[in-house]
Amino acid sequence: MFRFIVRRLLQLIPTLFGLSLLLFIWVRRLPGGPEDAILGERATPEMRAAIRRSMGLDEPILVQYGRFVQRLLRLDLGTSSSTKRPVVEEFLERFPGTVELTITALVIAIGVGIPLGYLAARRRGQLLDHLSVGGSLVGICVPIFFLAYVLKAIFSENLGWFPSSGRQDPTIEATRITNFFVLDGLMTREWDAAMDALWHLVLPGLALASIPLAIIVRITRASVLEVLNEDFVRTAEAKGLTERTVRGRHVLRNSLLPVVTSIGLLTGGLLSGAVLTETVFAFTGIGAFIYEAIGQRDYPVLLGFIMIISVVYVLVNLLVDLSYSLIDPRVRVR
Amino acid sequence: MALLEVDDLSVTFARRGQRTVRAVDGVSFSVDAGEVVGLVGESGCGKSVTSMAIMGLLPRHPGTRIGGKAAFDGTDLLGLDDRARRDIRGRDVAMIFQDPLSSLNPVIPIGLQVTEVLARHRGMKGDAARKEAAGLLDRVGIPDPTRRLKEYPHQLSGGMRQRALIAMAVACRPRLLIADEPTTALDVTIQAQILELLKELVHDSGTALVMITHDLGVVAGMCDSINVLYAGRVVETARRRPLFREPRHPYTSGLLGSVPRLDSGRGEPLNPIPGSVRDVLSWSEGCAFAPRCSRRVDACLDETPPVVRTHDGRSYRCVDPVPLPGAVPAQAGPADQPEASSPEPNEEKTRD
Repeated sequence: MFRFIVRRLLQLIPTLFGLSLLLFIWVRRLPGGPEDAILGERATPEMRAAIRRSMGLDEPILVQYGRFVQRLLRLDLGTSSSTKRPVVEEFLERFPGTVELTITALVIAIGVGIPLGYLAARRRGQLLDHLSVGGSLVGICVPIFFLAYVLKAIFSENLGWFPSSGRQDPTIEATRITNFFVLDGLMTREWDAAMDALWHLVLPGLALASIPLAIIVRITRASVLEVLNEDFVRTAEAKGLTERTVRGRHVLRNSLLPVVTSIGLLTGGLLSGAVLTETVFAFTGIGAFIYEAIGQRDYPVLLGFIMIISVVYVLVNLLVDLSYSLIDPRVRVR
Repeated sequence: MALLEVDDLSVTFARRGQRTVRAVDGVSFSVDAGEVVGLVGESGCGKSVTSMAIMGLLPRHPGTRIGGKAAFDGTDLLGLDDRARRDIRGRDVAMIFQDPLSSLNPVIPIGLQVTEVLARHRGMKGDAARKEAAGLLDRVGIPDPTRRLKEYPHQLSGGMRQRALIAMAVACRPRLLIADEPTTALDVTIQAQILELLKELVHDSGTALVMITHDLGVVAGMCDSINVLYAGRVVETARRRPLFREPRHPYTSGLLGSVPRLDSGRGEPLNPIPGSVRDVLSWSEGCAFAPRCSRRVDACLDETPPVVRTHDGRSYRCVDPVPLPGAVPAQAGPADQPEASSPEPNEEKTRD
């Protein structure tokens, strides 16, 4: 088990290396550069060249890449060309918000999706089944920004149950330690700050959860239906076990395998894809920042972001593999 | 009274947009305590559906109709509610299935799969249950049972898996064991071991055994009496010896004739039954076997052939049975009394 984890973490190194080289070259191939964003359209070629030189962009690309890797080894991602602040600093400020949002969305998607998918399979062909299958189709089809505005209009503006924007009420003087607002509140025992941050997560979390929720419902339902037809379920029935034991012990656990895999894949998408939700709810996460960075050709930010996302992706899938081996002894890791 | 009395059992599957299938069509047979009874037939003859209906394991579907009776020790199993049925299953009536790998839960250790039966029906828990489970594995011939309890099905060989399934089935010392092709998925050498084990278990414990198989070799080695099924009906019932020595129904005779024998000459061809089980008539149009039968006469298509019971306790459903050896066909007649008392049930009883 330990060796498996170490090996997977070591695999991360060549993965990151290859990925960064590929992206480094690819990003530089995009038309335009940071000098255009800084100087605008009317800059002279001399001014452009001066800026490029000052940023080190005039050197051969491999030399630039070498410098990038050198800095990376010291966990330095360089300086943002648009905000002039260290990229690492920017990320530490913004990434926690996105992570909180992603976790909220996952908790909602898993907590609702698995039971709903299971019940739909059990009541196949009945009202609940049709509702959840139809509902999940809607969940996949409705654009997130639209759903986000609808949620905001109903639960925030009309009913006033949840705050409509931001990560925390600015009037609360909360202590910042990790920039995970909920965690900070718990660590400093500022309960009201933690609750308020949590409350701010509900609506954006719901909006972001819509697609993964729909996917999890469908995968769970299909998987349960398949397992219900397995021979070992018939054996369990033949043993005279109570319905509860048959369902809980024999059906549910076997149905979870494909669901766990899909959760791993969904997580990466959530982390990098929360832009729209963050925009609608004025939620200071990483999404809007990255969106800006693309427009500004902010190479260091883009590369750093991709590096972080890939590390998270590998870690999440390592977790998935580990939980997989907990559920299914046939894939016990060695 | 017999331990299990199956009377006029019928199972029909109706699916929207498809022809209604009558998988089991008035099957009757009985099993005495401690007796080994064979249900023999080709695939699709309804033998598995019969056992699943008795166990109450057919998938619940509004189009599935089960009729008739299956009285176990006087209680009609088909009329029980779900709860009472679960109480009997695994405790009084247990079942062994065909494919041991898919019949075991892949993600649960063997031990729990054995102890869960003990917990459900015998209230055993913890160490006592584990000890009993190890004893059961030992009894079915699994070496090093304490270690095996912690292993998962994929770590066992095919024969061991079937032994483990058998251990689960006999865990509560059932009075009736139904084995649905228990050796089909196994190697020939393992087959013999598993059959030997089953024989031993039923002999030691007095458990009655219903052996479902298409393999006449299995039947010959194990069963006291045999029911031959064709297209959802019993076509011949007899004790083992008479059935093998003097099959009366042409189908039984055909089955026996299509088994390769060591003592037949090298060049002698096998005599398979022509056609396949799909070439059936509906029993309401006459004898379902008629299209494949070498002894077909016009009378076969008049009506469902009545069951003929002979004085030695045999019965068959044929208007022109295979004559007994050494007897001219006409002489066999007077001994065989067509059953006059019970008119042929042409209507199946169905319950919704």
